[in-house]
Amino acid sequence: MSHVELDHISKQFPGVTALDDITFDVKDSEFFVLLGPTGAGKTTTLRVIAGLEHQDAGKILFDGETIDDLTPSDRDVALVFQQYSLYPTMSVFDNLAFPLRSPLRHTSKEEIKRKVEETAEKLRITHLLKRKTANLSGGEMQRVSIGRAIVRSPRVFLMDEPLSNLDAKLREALRIELQHLQKTQGSTTLFVTHDQIEALTMADRIAVLNEGRIIQVGTPEDIYDRPASTFVAQLVGSPRINLYPARQENGTVSIKDSDVHLIDAGGSKLPADFLVGIRPESVKPDPKGKFDGQVVLSEPLGVETILHIQSGKSTLLSLVPGIASYHIGDGVKFNIALEHIHYFGMNGNRLQA
Amino acid sequence: MSTIELRQVEKKFGDLHAVKPLDLTIQDGEFIVLLGPSGCGKTTTLRMISGLETVSGGTIWLNGRNVTWLHPSARDIAFVFQFYALYPHLTARQNIAFPLQAQGEARETIEKRVDEVVKLLRIEHVLKAHPGQLSGGDQQRVALARALVRRPAAFLMDEPLGALDADFRESMRSEIKRLHVLQHATTVYVTHDQIEAMAMGDRIVVMSAAEIQQIGSPSEVYNDPSNLFVARFIGSPGMNLVKGKYADGIVKMSGLDNNYAVPQAWKGALKKGLADGGEVIVGFRPEAAQINDRGNLVGKVYASEMQGSSAVLHLTINENEIIHIRTDRLIPFPLDTLVHFDINPQMARFFNPKTEAALKPEVTQ
Repeated sequence: MSHVELDHISKQFPGVTALDDITFDVKDSEFFVLLGPTGAGKTTTLRVIAGLEHQDAGKILFDGETIDDLTPSDRDVALVFQQYSLYPTMSVFDNLAFPLRSPLRHTSKEEIKRKVEETAEKLRITHLLKRKTANLSGGEMQRVSIGRAIVRSPRVFLMDEPLSNLDAKLREALRIELQHLQKTQGSTTLFVTHDQIEALTMADRIAVLNEGRIIQVGTPEDIYDRPASTFVAQLVGSPRINLYPARQENGTVSIKDSDVHLIDAGGSKLPADFLVGIRPESVKPDPKGKFDGQVVLSEPLGVETILHIQSGKSTLLSLVPGIASYHIGDGVKFNIALEHIHYFGMNGNRLQA
Repeated sequence: MSTIELRQVEKKFGDLHAVKPLDLTIQDGEFIVLLGPSGCGKTTTLRMISGLETVSGGTIWLNGRNVTWLHPSARDIAFVFQFYALYPHLTARQNIAFPLQAQGEARETIEKRVDEVVKLLRIEHVLKAHPGQLSGGDQQRVALARALVRRPAAFLMDEPLGALDADFRESMRSEIKRLHVLQHATTVYVTHDQIEAMAMGDRIVVMSAAEIQQIGSPSEVYNDPSNLFVARFIGSPGMNLVKGKYADGIVKMSGLDNNYAVPQAWKGALKKGLADGGEVIVGFRPEAAQINDRGNLVGKVYASEMQGSSAVLHLTINENEIIHIRTDRLIPFPLDTLVHFDINPQMARFFNPKTEAALKPEVTQ
């Protein structure tokens, strides 16, 4: 397997800067996720690594050696796309065997059979080996696509939103299996998605991209607990982080247009005007709570309930365990976990409080 | 003010039942969600209520009036599809006023009703803009305002948020529910998304294979699913459903050495409700499992997922079965670690694998 480095990569398309000075590395055996909205540059990054696009500036290194002059096939990467690109008239077995049958690889028949069966078992598709791929369900097809990538041992796996076309239950199931597979095989993997929950759940590390630039690189915990900007804070987490303009005076932090005044929140180090971010799970209803509000909406999701609590003119989202029995219009007292509050400057960047 | 009642309503296409005969009473002001996977019959049911689809049998009653064979326009129901279809050449305000103008309402009435709905949706600032100049969210709000301004007897909504990205969906979801709380218009809402159904519905009608599987409040379908389909479909991940054999107060599961002591309240139900051989399915939600070194049950770590405010641990208990446990985020478990856990006895459920139906506990006095 491989260590992948991107060193100051830039790429222009007519009229747009697709990638603007991208630098990060994917360590050997790491599951690395590129997360960002549409147009952030995720897929372009992937295509540059695969050699399907060429960068205008910067270097790409595999295990310390530049690969910029290598053709896509010589780079020895495996790609999995959102659209399954399988051969519909071939059986699942032949689809899986296809990458091994390349004349350059000189793989024996027995070896091919062994590898295909091994791969099928890992992906729980052994029972499908004789079927034509045209007759498979979406989830089965994507398993076969993943199987075709892992059947040989490329230096790097590049995956471009492979789960996006699947329904929610299948996505959940495949997410778990993909992670298990990656961990047991120790394969270096770069996975592209716009779905924050996929990024948090699967990644060893995440790079958040926006408009061709890297905004933050870190573990899922870093990204969730210490977002570098309001962009990252709002991109990650569901329901969305509460984000409000705030002021501080004599050390007391007050959320504008609300009855929330936070004393001892480290306010003295803050500028007069800034933004305050509070994750919904840090807003905790408590009969002895310091703040007063009114429940304006309750959304029971099952494992937890989202309460919309109005305080002054602002509405705060609160995430409480189980199916909560609050009614709309109920008064509610709550506390805010001070140690988990985020502060951002008016430009959106995190303030080190 | 309106109630909707479906009596033995069915739909056949040739020999195929798209909807098997079903009964459903929707109370005035209720928000009802028809939930199920594609092809389950939920949209056909909605279209029969609207009159866009004829029934093959049964009757539909609106406010006690038989409307089964009335033309859609005579039913006083607003049908909301995906919200985006605004007239591009009209301003937001003209778009909202359009249905009232088409009905020939007086100008003062139109002005007043438009102002009301605009205030409700907080879109005063976009009224002069054309749809093309609006953000996706504002377009949605304008479209919603246009549906609301008519004040129909009932709203029928067919996956109105289907085309939106995740972030918008969440905010529009709460917007629609907030409006319902303010207006209390009877609403029938179709979705395949169980989170949407849970968050929005006063009651949820879970459908599969052209039939109603369960009708209940979010808490009922989540905590007491009537059968295996509902248990799997509701929740993310769904309910853990583990096969086993029951004898003498113990469910023996296959694979690892798992012998589950059945809570007292369920023993009678299991003895009576299972076929010979005692085959049973034990069901429990991921948050019902509590990690405990001396726990009664054990699984091997297959994967673990950080999900933001919490985490989910996935454990294999034999070759084919993976169970999911919700945990605090802080505990890291390496692959293949053996993890012991208990099931909160209040949250254990049992199903008959042959009939797929949930067993009912004995009522303790």
